[in-house]
Amino acid sequence: MKRTAPLLIASIAGFVMIVAYFIPKTQTWGEDVSVWFDILAAIAFILGGGNLLRVQLKKISDRRPGWGYALITLIAFVVMLACGLLKIGSHPNEQYPAFAWSGTYNQTGTPFWWMYEYLIVPLQSTIFAMLAFYVASAAFRAFRAKNVEAILLLGTAFVILLGRTAAGVFLTDFIPSDVLIENPTFLQHLVSTLRLENLTVFLMDIFNTAGNRAIMIGIALGTASVSLKILLGVDRSYLGSGED
Amino acid sequence: MKPENRWWVILFAIGAVLLIARWFVLPGGFGRAYVRAVPQAVDAEHPDGQWVVYEQATMADYLEAERTNPDQSVYAPSPSRTLGTWIAAFLTLFVLSFVIRDNPLYKIAESIFIGVSAAYWMVTGFWDTIVPNLLGKLAPGLLRNWAVPGLGDDQHPELAYLIPLILGIMLLWRLSPVGGWISRWPMAFIIGTFCGLRLMSFLHADFLTQIRNTIVSLYVVDDGGGFDAWQSLKNLILVVGVLCCLVYFFFSLEHKGVVGNTARVGIWFLMITFGAAFGYTVMGRIALLAIRIEFLMDDWLWLIDPTNKRLLADAAGFFLPLFGMG
Repeated sequence: MKRTAPLLIASIAGFVMIVAYFIPKTQTWGEDVSVWFDILAAIAFILGGGNLLRVQLKKISDRRPGWGYALITLIAFVVMLACGLLKIGSHPNEQYPAFAWSGTYNQTGTPFWWMYEYLIVPLQSTIFAMLAFYVASAAFRAFRAKNVEAILLLGTAFVILLGRTAAGVFLTDFIPSDVLIENPTFLQHLVSTLRLENLTVFLMDIFNTAGNRAIMIGIALGTASVSLKILLGVDRSYLGSGED
Repeated sequence: MKPENRWWVILFAIGAVLLIARWFVLPGGFGRAYVRAVPQAVDAEHPDGQWVVYEQATMADYLEAERTNPDQSVYAPSPSRTLGTWIAAFLTLFVLSFVIRDNPLYKIAESIFIGVSAAYWMVTGFWDTIVPNLLGKLAPGLLRNWAVPGLGDDQHPELAYLIPLILGIMLLWRLSPVGGWISRWPMAFIIGTFCGLRLMSFLHADFLTQIRNTIVSLYVVDDGGGFDAWQSLKNLILVVGVLCCLVYFFFSLEHKGVVGNTARVGIWFLMITFGAAFGYTVMGRIALLAIRIEFLMDDWLWLIDPTNKRLLADAAGFFLPLFGMG
């Protein structure tokens, strides 16, 4: 029961989604299951929050190293959660001023909005921005133009980086462009492509598209086969070890 | 004092000196935010509105309004947003300090980020999904009298939604120290649904569409009826590239001889693809970094003013003549 029921649930839910694709009358089933999926995904966020709370409280109560940071996480979590769930500072919807809870939780000016705007946005974008340093540093250490493949990778990255800047346009400005020519010849197209901004577009449209298409076809086939393995019960790794 | 701590103290001292210097040397102050009061729910009974919403404004708006009418109360400095700007600036610096090495300031920023992010997604999930899709289906009357007064009167309880409610409670059972297996049922539902969704969407959108888009003419005719050699070459490279890459991904044949050489061409195409992805990733990150630096220089320190948010009294008016641009 502990392992058979989940297998059946996964198979039925998955095949309902597939069948709904082919039979119009079952389309509403698929839509309902899709909404249930969204609900469970939202509840999974609550599970994540609850787990965060449990781990941080344990860390604080055990006075483990770094418990002060756990306390900061806990305070930030609880304050943001309370402001959002209780819609603190939120005004009612203008159409229904008598209903105090009818306003949106993320209204401009609310504490929840303030924390999103002045805590999440700067922190998130700075953390992502920091990757610029690390990607550049890793590239400097790892990239060595010692074979054709490495030269192609390096050269493309260099052209893409330079071609999207004013410097790239300026550097190859002397090469005639085919933009203003009516019915340009093959040679004129070829020469114009040597301009860095055009070379970037050419690489992206042709070579990059070709590589990405093959990768996407591979991913699609891989996803389809893994999905089928799970739905048919061949792959049961998601059920865990079965010790509990 | 440890040598590493000494460096941090020196760094902070330099920062403090620069901030103080910024305050005294350049006129106009810095790091302030302004708002515009907009009355809401205005009607005959409440001509000034039932409440006020504060929208973002600029220092230029505020000074202009003050010049026109010194008694105006529409534009005003905002203490909460000013505090927010300063906190955002310091958090940005805290995170950037990780470039030097891991330190307590970075850890503080990281801890705050974890806490607020988890809460943000919980709140979003609750109000955007659980309330309308679960409570709205199970108890529409309750929701109509509480948070969604616009919910249609024709909406009746749908008992089928007890299933996701029960599965949701079972999912939360994961937090309990006993009966961990109970949460497998909703997990199985999530995985099964996801597999079904992805199987079809990937086959339809990625597999079939990508193949369809790759079947292009290798002999392109231009508008005048002649042979378009350039477009034909581009299409040829595209088709050959996709086929070569697919050969590289095909492991049922040993990569030797013709297959090996084709796979090698496929690797070249893939290397160009990875190079392009790398270039774009670096560019995206640098753009984000530039936005953060712009925030520090513009919104916080008022050293630049690319969107004319302030008047000539600010620092931009001081800096431009130094570069012969004033």
